[in-house]
Amino acid sequence: MSSIYVDHAATTPMLDSARTAMTLQLAQLGNPSSLHTHGRATRKTIEDARESIAKQVGCLASEVIFTASGTEANNIALKGLYWQGRDKGKQVVVISAIEHHAILDPAQWLADHEGAEVLLVPVSNSGVIDLDFLKDVVSKRGQEIAVISIMHSNNETGVLQPISEVVAIAGEIPVHCDAVQSFKKVPLSFSELGLYALTLSAHKIGGPLGIGALILRRTVEIPALLHGGGQEREIRSGTLNAPSIVGFATAAESEHFNAKNVQNLRDAFIEGLNKIIPDATINGSKANRLPGIINVTFPGTQSDTLLLLMDSQGVSCSTGSACSAGVHEASHVLLAMGHSVESAQSSLRFSFGASSTQADVDYILSVVPDVITRGRAANLS
Amino acid sequence: MKLIAAMSGGVDSAVAAARAVEAGHEVIGVHLALASNPQKYRSGARGCCTIEDSHDARRAADVIGIPFYIWDMAEEFHDGVVEDFLAEYAAGRTPNPCLRCNEKIKFAAVLDRARAMGFDGVVTGHYARTQISETGKTLHRAVDHSKDQSYVLSVLTIEQIAGAIFPLGDTTKVDIRKEAEARGLAVAQKPDSHDICFVPSGDNAGWLRDRLGSEVGPIVDQEGVKIGEHKGAYTYTIGQRKGLGLTVPTVDGSPRFVLKIEPVTNTVVVGAREDLAVSTMKGERPVWCGPGVTDQVLRGFVQVRAHGAALPCSYFFDGTLLVAQLDEPLLGLATGQAMVIYDGDRVVGSATICETA
Repeated sequence: MSSIYVDHAATTPMLDSARTAMTLQLAQLGNPSSLHTHGRATRKTIEDARESIAKQVGCLASEVIFTASGTEANNIALKGLYWQGRDKGKQVVVISAIEHHAILDPAQWLADHEGAEVLLVPVSNSGVIDLDFLKDVVSKRGQEIAVISIMHSNNETGVLQPISEVVAIAGEIPVHCDAVQSFKKVPLSFSELGLYALTLSAHKIGGPLGIGALILRRTVEIPALLHGGGQEREIRSGTLNAPSIVGFATAAESEHFNAKNVQNLRDAFIEGLNKIIPDATINGSKANRLPGIINVTFPGTQSDTLLLLMDSQGVSCSTGSACSAGVHEASHVLLAMGHSVESAQSSLRFSFGASSTQADVDYILSVVPDVITRGRAANLS
Repeated sequence: MKLIAAMSGGVDSAVAAARAVEAGHEVIGVHLALASNPQKYRSGARGCCTIEDSHDARRAADVIGIPFYIWDMAEEFHDGVVEDFLAEYAAGRTPNPCLRCNEKIKFAAVLDRARAMGFDGVVTGHYARTQISETGKTLHRAVDHSKDQSYVLSVLTIEQIAGAIFPLGDTTKVDIRKEAEARGLAVAQKPDSHDICFVPSGDNAGWLRDRLGSEVGPIVDQEGVKIGEHKGAYTYTIGQRKGLGLTVPTVDGSPRFVLKIEPVTNTVVVGAREDLAVSTMKGERPVWCGPGVTDQVLRGFVQVRAHGAALPCSYFFDGTLLVAQLDEPLLGLATGQAMVIYDGDRVVGSATICETA
């Protein structure tokens, strides 16, 4: 059976070069915090990697804080910047309605346990945040806002957000940006954007799982979540994961993701889809988007049924989010874009990556008609 | 065949799925999420569909080596099973929700969806057997009579039975556990589930009271004389003797039993043991699991509880109601229960008891 992977936004194949670099590092002995020769050798490798990643994201090396995931980086940033603001009497957290759960849930936790007031910036039908709403909030309540966190691009629709404008509106208010999906897919510079904090993850760009980074402006001191050996500016204690860091840097240095090629595949897919399933709609089609992600609504279907049928044809795609019991839920992103629960639950995400080919597109288009026909027949409720 | 295996996270459905794979079928495992707010852990031996159960089901599917998905059937389950359960109690009847779940969810919503998606049938871990005979596929008791679940499957139509695969019917539960162990399925020693899956505490009366209220009403004798009070008529069952809280003794000191529940007047009627005796029962909305029953009187057995005895009887269909006349009277029979007719081990059909005499 065919095996077509179109879920690169979930995770993407690890690059051979990253795997090789990581494997070599696994054989190296030495805790980077140790003062002897072995320790210094590992420390040097890590600092090389840190400088390399800094260069790729447009920040200083000292601004890179390694974490175990993008989720961890988001938690450190949002909670840390909130606590820092709260010490000055600022208790409002502003995020968008379409953030990843790794921002939504820590924000909710701050509201439930730490006295935060969370304000959600709505989005248009195209999935772009409402800058007028943000301006209004900042002008009325700017003095109370501890942190603003807006994602660089949405993981479900690929819609890019106007981060420069957000930073301009925010003025002195710290802005964090979850750029996990955008890094290495579209131009991204921490310093040019003028951010306080930015989140990256290695496995979305061909690096290993289990390593991410928080880019944090060097003058910003925030409380830690993990206390211990004082690594990473005392913001993230724990022995540094040298092999994964090396794999991360190798992937970040690679230029294997050709945005133009990926976008051509995406556009060919959309064109084919329009012909076969004329009533299918592309979510966020009017907005600027990442080259690889497409979110499609197939009226009269249920996405979990479609996923099963796609999977049984050898196509791995995604339904968006699921709750802890694994039950597919209507996407909060699509709901925020004005979808009904029913239509949000009839959508699939296809995300193409560097390894995707025209043959993948052709194959998926060849199975779509049957999948949609059966999916519609099975939508009995 | 291409089959959907309904996997609860328990040992039976896991072995059933494994056996279907071994028989050469193309099998996909599906866990039905039936609760809209599932609990994290199983507490005691209650039902299924906690988060832990869905993990167990997934793990079993992975060990067997089949694809696995979760289907959200919470809405269908709530409307078709939970609401029906409440409505039946509110009407003074005693429903069996497992039967309703098989009728409306597992072999209706799931089977219909599976067929529309191109599958041929649904595999479950029920203890029952099917046989191909001249008249088509028929439903039979499991070899392990102590675990037999043909009673709760008796609501399946011929069409539904055609799409149902029960791989466990020829084996005892003890052997299924051993087989699960041998197959490396971690659920091998998971306790059996009993009780009603959507009543987490196992306290049916309390659960009903929370939803139907606890309106105080009279407990009367057969002459209509009030001899006590109850807190919600639906928390009583026909034949119940304990917990009536009656302070007026009978003349001869003999115990009293619940004879009737009258929801409209919110009255519980009690009386002597012999007044519980039922020799004829009639059931509405009959379902035939094979050739239909006619007005011709036939000999067979009737069963009125999931693990009750098979009672010798004569039965026929009067055009509207399924009628069974017992050889020996039965004590305490609630309307709302299913009467299931057996011809030996074969399930003839079932109906919902609406009248007893």
